[in-house]
Amino acid sequence: MSEPVAVKLTAKDFKSDQEVRWCPGCGDYAILAAIQQFMPELNIPRERTVFVSGIGCSSRFPYYMNTYGMHSIHGRAPAIATGLSVSRPDLSVWVVTGDGDALSIGGNHLIHALRRNVNLKILLFNNRIYGLTKGQYSPTSEVGKITKSTPAGSADAPFNPLSLALGAEASFVGRTIDSDRKHLQSVLRAAAEHEGSAFVEIYQNCNIFNDGAFDQLKDPSTRDDYLIRLEHGQPITFGADGQFCVVHPPGGFGLEVRDTSSVRPEEIVVHDATVTDPAYAFALSRLPGLDLRNTPIGVFRSVDRPSYDSVVQAQLAAAKATVTETPEQQLAGLLGSGDTWTII
Amino acid sequence: MTKQIRQLDRVVIRFAGDSGDGMQLTGDRFTSETAQLGNDISTLPNFPAEIRAPAGTLPGVSSFQVHFADYDILTPGDAPNVLVAMNPAALKANLADLPRGADIIVNTDEFTKRNLAKVGYQTSPLDDDSLAGYVVHPVALTSMTVGALAAHQVSKKDAERSKNMFALGLLSWMYSRPYESTLRFLERKFAARPELVAANVAAFKAGWNFGETTEDFAVRYEVKPAKMKPGTYRNITGNAALSLGLVAAGVRSGLPVFLGAYPITPASDILHELSKHKRFGVLTVQAEDEIAAVGAALGASYGGSLGVTTTSGPGVALKSETISLAVALELPLVIVDVQRAGPSTGMPTKTEQADLNMALYGRHGEAPVAVIAPRSPSDCFFAALEAARIALTYRTPVILLSDNYVANGSEPWLLPDVESLPDLRVEFATKPNGEDGTTFLPYLRDPETLARPWAIPGTAGLEHRIGGLEKADKTGDISYDPANHDFMVRTRAARIETIPVPDIEVEDPDGDARVLVLGWGSTYGPIGAACRGVRQRGLSIAQAHLRHLAPMPANLGEVLRSYDKVVIPEMNLGQLAHVIRARYLVDAISYNQVRGLPFTAAELETTLEEVLKNV
Repeated sequence: MSEPVAVKLTAKDFKSDQEVRWCPGCGDYAILAAIQQFMPELNIPRERTVFVSGIGCSSRFPYYMNTYGMHSIHGRAPAIATGLSVSRPDLSVWVVTGDGDALSIGGNHLIHALRRNVNLKILLFNNRIYGLTKGQYSPTSEVGKITKSTPAGSADAPFNPLSLALGAEASFVGRTIDSDRKHLQSVLRAAAEHEGSAFVEIYQNCNIFNDGAFDQLKDPSTRDDYLIRLEHGQPITFGADGQFCVVHPPGGFGLEVRDTSSVRPEEIVVHDATVTDPAYAFALSRLPGLDLRNTPIGVFRSVDRPSYDSVVQAQLAAAKATVTETPEQQLAGLLGSGDTWTII
Repeated sequence: MTKQIRQLDRVVIRFAGDSGDGMQLTGDRFTSETAQLGNDISTLPNFPAEIRAPAGTLPGVSSFQVHFADYDILTPGDAPNVLVAMNPAALKANLADLPRGADIIVNTDEFTKRNLAKVGYQTSPLDDDSLAGYVVHPVALTSMTVGALAAHQVSKKDAERSKNMFALGLLSWMYSRPYESTLRFLERKFAARPELVAANVAAFKAGWNFGETTEDFAVRYEVKPAKMKPGTYRNITGNAALSLGLVAAGVRSGLPVFLGAYPITPASDILHELSKHKRFGVLTVQAEDEIAAVGAALGASYGGSLGVTTTSGPGVALKSETISLAVALELPLVIVDVQRAGPSTGMPTKTEQADLNMALYGRHGEAPVAVIAPRSPSDCFFAALEAARIALTYRTPVILLSDNYVANGSEPWLLPDVESLPDLRVEFATKPNGEDGTTFLPYLRDPETLARPWAIPGTAGLEHRIGGLEKADKTGDISYDPANHDFMVRTRAARIETIPVPDIEVEDPDGDARVLVLGWGSTYGPIGAACRGVRQRGLSIAQAHLRHLAPMPANLGEVLRSYDKVVIPEMNLGQLAHVIRARYLVDAISYNQVRGLPFTAAELETTLEEVLKNV
């Protein structure tokens, strides 16, 4: 393994020679382009970067990145990436997953990777539908969704991916949108700098099976009134004219949206992603309504917690530091330990 | 009084009591003392899955059988010569296994009306004729222990709990065992509580002295050391040997060992053991489930570790999809299945060999893997090394089929010289392998091993993508080409089928046997003992034992066809026999038992003699 070298890479260096096979118009193209453009600024050599994915449209992602990559099996990418990351702390390991892959079949691995705080950057492309299997409702589809498998409307309540991640003790949680390249890259930048698990939900449009799922957040006529752009250290106001704000109502548990004109400036919540108590970020994650009004994007939570990798590697290093013999001598000692007897 | 000393060549003792009575520990200690003396040994622990089943009931009985001899032995023995029964349940649960004339040492304190009623005794078997055919030694074990500890600063409960040491002291006296290792063990075990060291040592000595003084035990026995190959020995269980084998594989390959595991009986002890060996660079992850455990191991293998996952049958079922991925990725992976009685939860602490079909075939698609099985507790060490060798050399998943019998049983192990262990060093790919000198072809194979290059992340210039989608030969690009898929499926099959494995050896001391007994895995001992018995009656019989179940030894077909009859005893309903019939068109006789217990040599001997009569 070579030491990192300061070679200036470009987006082109991160494009593999494989033909991209998503449907024309898919939001995944925008995300891929944004990530390929963003990777060079991390200054991590390509050979030290690994993308691991599961199954689904988004999980084809590693094939298109000219880094190391593994397209694995449905839902298991966080588990496979855990083994890779903890055994190879020199690597930058990214997990690309979708709403079905991460939250349905792979839900267990996702929550445990977050709980352990494995040093993984987990990108969840959420299009609220199963695309690769041609249009069944997903665990983030809205109640009543009419799909091929739910002609009378789906009966199950969806997950809120950020609430779930926060409940799983995630140390970094953010959300962004496929079409907003600048914002997407800013959230990825923060995620890449975070030590431990970084969970980023990316709203992604499936123009074939769930077209327009996030239109209110993208349409210039509605987006300013729907989107809350979180900025660390800034009061949370939004709307075309800053006419809305977020407050902590006295006596309540969560956060609420008010007209800015109806509250005193000091009542407006100043965003702080480093708040230790996950209740704050959780309250932020609960702001959006079913119609996507009041959807925060940006970094919800970013707190310091030792990564699983660092704790495990420290234990290994401490044990190895006591060794004075060659491995063969150590092994001979281990085999002959305990009650032994010798026959001459 | 002067005690008579009688020489014996072999003895089988079974310690039986409630699961809280410490019978496993007592058996372990007796075994260790016996090992120190130099007898050959084989042990069989047998305990319930419940940690503390209701006290005094039949399901709560835990036992430990130890067979020791002045010659080499192959099994823990069919029938105990001595039963130590700590309560009525232990007596009732084990009596049927005792031959007439056996010694029974009973703890009379526990033969109360209530305890007798719990197991359905109307009257005490100590007071009626039901034990007339046995030599019963009634000993008030509990009250004598409590009495011996009257001056000790321990609670009545702790005093009562020391009764297993009283029993151990008595048995150690009876069989003239050296007990220094037990005293050292007690000092280590209770290091934090010196009063318990003193109490347990006193209980042990009280038991020893009781044997010395009471008239009930007029005879003391000796079993002389066995003639064993010179060298240093230790007593070892299969799970411990397997763990050490994996550590050794790390040392001999120069690779870090990565274990992903989820706790499951009877494999958890391997996770416990390997978690202690961080100074060897062994990294263990207790995963959230069986799937994550194998996934993490595969991820670590991708990164250049020796990825290992350890489990039992239900866990292998869950790992199946990931093993198939490893087949497609062509990465090293060792999957240890410590088999237990199934299906489903089955009997988790009982043994069985019924996962062979799953190991050979239990995956989707054409997904061949290598399969090997150890034949004895100490052989688990070498089987682990062999599994690692195949996985690393041929870049393939290898399933190692241990079982509860070898995993928890123990035997003396002649410690190998580390330098004599196989060299498992591997070479990672470091530069492009394409003809143009710049392209990297992740699926360009070594013509000899058919293995593809192992190019680990971090290697500049070899960035590539792998995955579960079918890959084009050489380039590894996604391919739906029909001819390519056919080629890749056949190549993956050939990869396994052409792994060179040693020829199977046949043991036929008379040289004129017409019947061959073929076994695999943990049945080696019972089959071997049965064959010895058959030969002692002047009959000829040949024994061969399979270590490699996939691929099978090249000479197996020829060996099978050179006998008039082939008998295959298995602790399943004939899974190997089915494979042998299909592959070699040999009309093998399948002999099966699935009782959760190993075969006894005697029943196998009877079966073999029946076959011999009809040749």
